[in-house]
Amino acid sequence: MYSKLHENNLNFPFTGGGNDIQWCFSQVKGAVDDDVAEADIISTVEFNHSGELLATGDKGGRVVIFQQEQENKIQSHSRGEYNVYSTFQSHEPEFDYLKSLEIEEKINKIRWLPQKNAAQFLLSTNDKTIKLWKISERDKRPEGYNLKEEDGRYRDPTTVTTLRVPVFRPMDLMVEASPRRIFANAHTYHINSISINSDYETYLSADDLRINLWHLEITDRSFNIVDIKPANMEELTEVITAAEFHPNSCNTFVYSSSKGTIRLCDMRASALCDRHSKLFEEPEDPSNRSFFSEIISSISDVKFSHSGRYMMTRDYLSVKIWDLNMENRPVETYQVHEYLRSKLCSLYENDCIFDKFECCWNGSDSVVMTGSYNNFFRMFDRNTKRDITLEASRENNKPRTVLKPRKVCASGKRKKDEISVDSLDFNKKILHTAWHPKENIIAVATTNNLYIFQDKVN
Amino acid sequence: IPVSPPPSLLRLPSRAPYTPQSRSRHVPETRRREPCGGDRRGEAGEDTQEKEGILPERAEEAKLKAKYPSLGQKPGGSDFLMKRLQKGQKYFDSGDYNMAKAKMKNKQLPSAGPDKNLVTGDHIPTPQDLPQRKSSLVTSKLAG
Repeated sequence: MYSKLHENNLNFPFTGGGNDIQWCFSQVKGAVDDDVAEADIISTVEFNHSGELLATGDKGGRVVIFQQEQENKIQSHSRGEYNVYSTFQSHEPEFDYLKSLEIEEKINKIRWLPQKNAAQFLLSTNDKTIKLWKISERDKRPEGYNLKEEDGRYRDPTTVTTLRVPVFRPMDLMVEASPRRIFANAHTYHINSISINSDYETYLSADDLRINLWHLEITDRSFNIVDIKPANMEELTEVITAAEFHPNSCNTFVYSSSKGTIRLCDMRASALCDRHSKLFEEPEDPSNRSFFSEIISSISDVKFSHSGRYMMTRDYLSVKIWDLNMENRPVETYQVHEYLRSKLCSLYENDCIFDKFECCWNGSDSVVMTGSYNNFFRMFDRNTKRDITLEASRENNKPRTVLKPRKVCASGKRKKDEISVDSLDFNKKILHTAWHPKENIIAVATTNNLYIFQDKVN
Repeated sequence: IPVSPPPSLLRLPSRAPYTPQSRSRHVPETRRREPCGGDRRGEAGEDTQEKEGILPERAEEAKLKAKYPSLGQKPGGSDFLMKRLQKGQKYFDSGDYNMAKAKMKNKQLPSAGPDKNLVTGDHIPTPQDLPQRKSSLVTSKLAG
């Protein structure tokens, strides 16, 4: 049921040793108060390709983009801080009159396009509609019009006696976000993923039963490339949970299912990729099967490594690394919070068993990270096989304070500084995390706060 | 005896008089609209051996079965998935609502159960059941 290839070595903390990273608090964004408005719940976090920009989306349909300030060469205690760059309302709540269906404005995913010119572009999606946003800077404005006053009022043409050439003068930086494309009405079910192709021209969007291929320039046409809807809905046994394009091969993508399988599809093989090219599935010991088996095997996130050689999947209790060349089992399995296995009954009752945790790679694919409960998040070093549990909390508020590793006591005598499973706060979940593409800077989202941690710079 | 609403409650209403607001829609070529959701029958629960073995999962399963004996054998099957596909669906059809109100005369319409997301049985969604939908007028606190 779960591979014991690499058991976690919980006794060796991450810190210490020359090559180990020491994580320090850097910043926290968001309100302090405990009374969280639903709109403020963070639903997605994503760095852009250079790491200079960090975008968040929330349940209220808003996007906030932070920009890393240029490093201060004199005072290089730490890397630049992230400050608000732009914020806009991406999606509004809608009502589908035809189906009496309410469409939430919650931003499910944000994906950045690689930068091609001065402007930045990102795709943001809610359950039904994907939007391409252009974020551009304006730092100069034209002055000296002949027919307009500086405040915009029109001048009486008869009062104009001389002509002048308008010139651009510098102004305070203004960052504008405008929707450039709206990709709507192509999904009957709820969009869970968007992924930009390495050709930088097309992207896919996936809902529970179908995956569509779009061209970034074309909004009135979309190709359906995967359709797993059964002819008779009573025969429905699994749904699509996540999908992603391969980082280098523009013809390859994967999608994960609620049954714990991942299918790799090749668009060169056929127009409709209902038949997979590869099926990744770990065999299950049937004697270990329980009521919960399928639910906890449901994959909540799938991410290719930067190299494109591996992919990582997250299910309820573990993170698995798969070699694309081996379909029958993962090459590495990391237990995120195995102590929850004996709490599945109550986790089912409070619906926590359906929480969708995401996962991410670091820039060099050597470390993977994912969230847990009690505002804990976990990192697994694939080379040293060491792992660490850290907490996103305002208690460790001072910049450059090294975070203390946390430990959960599964049973038996609780040591000092350990926290017992029953004391965990299951309302404090870290579902979304992101790792800077080049540096050791991570963004961790608690319910309504965004934490930024960096490694210690000496 | 109140007349129960027609079984089409969980689907688009089959009787005509209610015309939705017409609105120009930009529909991409390949898309076909199909009604989603449908009448779900619960799967019959089968007896399972109570195995309080070494496996913590089995012990948890036994606990759950003890609390909810009617729970289906296959949790990953259709019931669970249909609920997932139906997420967010809230039907309020003023025609159905007014017809049902007329039939019930002065009696109360059955109100939503604790899970307001699932429309089941005789329940007709009422305006009170639907949460207020308003867009965020305030700037995100992350930008504060």
